[in-house]
Amino acid sequence: MASERADVVNNFSMIVGTVNGSGSVTSNTALFRAIFSMGIPVSGKNLFPSNIQGLPTWYTLRLSKNGYMARCATNQIVVAMNPDSFAQDVKDVEPGGVLLYDDSIQMEIGRDDIIIYPMAVKQLVKAADVPSNLRDYAANMVYVGVLAQLLGIDMKEIRHAIDFHFKGKQKPVESNMAIIHSAADWAAANLQKKDPFRMERMDKTAGYIMCEGNTACALGSIYGGVQFVAWYPITPASGLAEDINYYLPLLRKDPLTGKNTFAVIQAEDELAAIGMVIGAGWAGLRAMTSTSGPGISLMAEYIGFAYYAEMPAVVFDVQRIGPSTGLPTRTSQGDLTFVYFLSHGDTDHIILMPSTPTECFEMGWKAFDYADRFQTPVFVMLDQDLGMNQWMTKPFEYPDQPVDRGKVLWEEDLEKLAGQWGRYQDVDGDGIPYRTVAGNRHPASGYMTRGTGHNEYAKYTESPAMWEKMNNRIKSKFDTACRVLPGAVIEKTDGAKIGLVCWGSTDAAVLEARDQLRDRQGLRADFMRIRALPINDEVAEFVRSHERVYVIELNRDGQIHQILTLELPDQATKMVSLCHVDGLPMTTDWVRQAVLAKEAK
Amino acid sequence: MAENTNLAGLTKADYRGAPSTLCQGCGHNSMASQIVAALFEMDIVPENVVKFSGIGCSSKCPTYFLGRSFALNGLHGRMPSAAQGALFADTTLKGLGMSGDGDSASIGMSQFKYAVRRNPNLVYIVANNGVYGLTKGQFSATAEKGLELKRQGVNPYSPIDVCIESLVTGATFVARTFAGDPKQVKTLLKAAFSHRGTAVLDIISPCVTFNNEDTSFHSYGWAKDHQQVLHDIAYIPKTQEIMLEGEFKEGEVREVKLHDGSEIVLKKLEKDYDPTDKARALQILIEAAEKNWLLTGLFYVDANRPTLTDIYDLPEDTPLNRLPESRIRPAPETMKMVNELMF
Repeated sequence: MASERADVVNNFSMIVGTVNGSGSVTSNTALFRAIFSMGIPVSGKNLFPSNIQGLPTWYTLRLSKNGYMARCATNQIVVAMNPDSFAQDVKDVEPGGVLLYDDSIQMEIGRDDIIIYPMAVKQLVKAADVPSNLRDYAANMVYVGVLAQLLGIDMKEIRHAIDFHFKGKQKPVESNMAIIHSAADWAAANLQKKDPFRMERMDKTAGYIMCEGNTACALGSIYGGVQFVAWYPITPASGLAEDINYYLPLLRKDPLTGKNTFAVIQAEDELAAIGMVIGAGWAGLRAMTSTSGPGISLMAEYIGFAYYAEMPAVVFDVQRIGPSTGLPTRTSQGDLTFVYFLSHGDTDHIILMPSTPTECFEMGWKAFDYADRFQTPVFVMLDQDLGMNQWMTKPFEYPDQPVDRGKVLWEEDLEKLAGQWGRYQDVDGDGIPYRTVAGNRHPASGYMTRGTGHNEYAKYTESPAMWEKMNNRIKSKFDTACRVLPGAVIEKTDGAKIGLVCWGSTDAAVLEARDQLRDRQGLRADFMRIRALPINDEVAEFVRSHERVYVIELNRDGQIHQILTLELPDQATKMVSLCHVDGLPMTTDWVRQAVLAKEAK
Repeated sequence: MAENTNLAGLTKADYRGAPSTLCQGCGHNSMASQIVAALFEMDIVPENVVKFSGIGCSSKCPTYFLGRSFALNGLHGRMPSAAQGALFADTTLKGLGMSGDGDSASIGMSQFKYAVRRNPNLVYIVANNGVYGLTKGQFSATAEKGLELKRQGVNPYSPIDVCIESLVTGATFVARTFAGDPKQVKTLLKAAFSHRGTAVLDIISPCVTFNNEDTSFHSYGWAKDHQQVLHDIAYIPKTQEIMLEGEFKEGEVREVKLHDGSEIVLKKLEKDYDPTDKARALQILIEAAEKNWLLTGLFYVDANRPTLTDIYDLPEDTPLNRLPESRIRPAPETMKMVNELMF
């Protein structure tokens, strides 16, 4: 009997199937936060359709006492609230697992290998006497109460989460808590616990906060001194700009005058958004945009201009799955090669690749320093999963370096140079020239920036020798850049002959797979997460020092594998691409099995 | 003061650019000379003007005037977005957007209209010749229906009217002039530079190489015979006491005060015209389009609407692009508060 199984404490995965637009985010986030407040490491992922209201949507919660954050392919507990997805949800319960469902769904369940708890959702909602427009919301609070009772979630922590969600507004907090309590009471009176799953307080979330990657990027930008933002709405990046709008007035009123040290424009499209950003960056402002793949496609033209005419810009790409419109609410790492070589002609770009909200914050502010320092567009590439989901993450740390505005000459500098300077002269031998910006009143400050061929003094030229010289110098900036960009995260294991390489938010699955391969198969592997492109020597050395290197990513064609193969051609045969993409966050099982399948050969 | 020096202490040479590489007789060359003359006469320091342009013959022009000014020669049809972003850096700067009919009425129609909608502090010149010159003679969107061009055949579409588009999009300054009428060009340029906000100046500027048959709307010949001047115009700088003389006599003129205190004086010709009446402006522009008149003059001006940067409540003591770290990075003690705002 299942009830005789040993208790499973703080180590299981659950999924809730609801109707999109029914308020389930509030319920699910409340559960997520309550579990976090109980000190239990937890990850939560909203797996939702591109739809405002009506289609099936799911939310997964994984509790991991060992702190693993990856999505699980199978779930021990399934909450089925949606008749449309009921049959599938029933199938998805792992044998020995638990199904909770709205008992008004009168459909065949047909499983005798799981524990089943019907929930009297209609009855409880009716008793709660809520206005008809809030009934769906109330229904979703019922499973919060039932789960609290069955799994042992602390009611105090649920209240804390609900209170945070409604920003302390008494009325919604109390009405939601009333339903949760009545559902918990109903469960206590009517459901006999037969399953082994439960929660116990731990202390493993102390020193963490919860935050979305998009919010962290917004805050990072603000601490990076962003002054100008232009953007165009696009899923899954809109929240980033909206958070900028929310936090800027709070954090960036001028300490001297109380006025705004920033401006945000919702542009007419992505062509204009990036145009404004590059215009602002050219004129000496710290400027950024945020977008996703389809927006990046439109920005390609301006990015090439900024690359060649050497103008700073910061672009956040919250990747969704493409090509084309693809699946707007689904995650992938599919923009990488496109962004790396974005625009026509010979180009390459600086890319920062955070894997946690904490890193989104840090790379957020650093991106502006790199853009100014190297006078080129800098991309911060996250994904829908990292961007739109809440993650438990380390608190943000205040920038540990002063703002780096790069090589900008003002009036007094030009005075010292007696006005003798060339916009594209490599004075310091690092490939990075000096620039002036509009508003400089020195008579020798002005020049024409152009996307056409130019010489060291920014004058038009079609000279073959000059074209080559200019373009090769631009290339040399990236040799300088890769030495200062964030290095890879490398974790070694004694005796490991193989390496696992990843980038971005898939590291959760890869790190857990590494541990499972060691613990279950005795297969030792070193780990490397690449955090920036172009790659540095450390990345090359990691690849060189292993017999086989598995390059793991969430796209169809193995894009960072392609880049590594280009950069390290002599290592090409030892790098094995493990990639797949279906719109969902990567799972540990997939990584482990993919590695094992290759190792078996 | 030296003989050829203006009040800014500069000579005309300080306003010139590189020698033109456009065709001889191109309307754009005459326009460029008038820009040099107007800014010299207005005593505007070149460093206070930033030039923006897209792609096309028109957009090459900024090379040929104001060589000392900053310039961003960007992408086809995308000049307005760069200008809007850049003008936030230092709101004491005046933008000079140099575009063409291909740049603004075709590929860049959206950015053109959205710039007009937002009203940045930008003189927006459309050097309008009805034809793509740099790609050798294709129809532009302002070409008249029935225009026949070598290798293109006959244009089957009705033209887009730059001034009508501006007006219906909410422009605060709309004027049209003809490059072959340097006096009017210069006067309207001065008015445009005195306007705070976006001043759209549609300059019919014939392409001598690809579209200058006397029967073409955008040709010298046609303009010479068909230009209809809405009013005679005089520009009175704010420093000068208003002294009307000669053809401008009191009683038959209308005065419009511009943002910087200068005035535009309009002398009625056939009919009295009020350039602050938007409906009337639209009516007369539609009438001109229907009758195929090359109507020139100041159609509309609204001197009071805030500019794009005015509505952002930016610091006035220091331009944004000169703010030090202490004014653009939140103080260290805010970090704790931010972390506490998270769950």
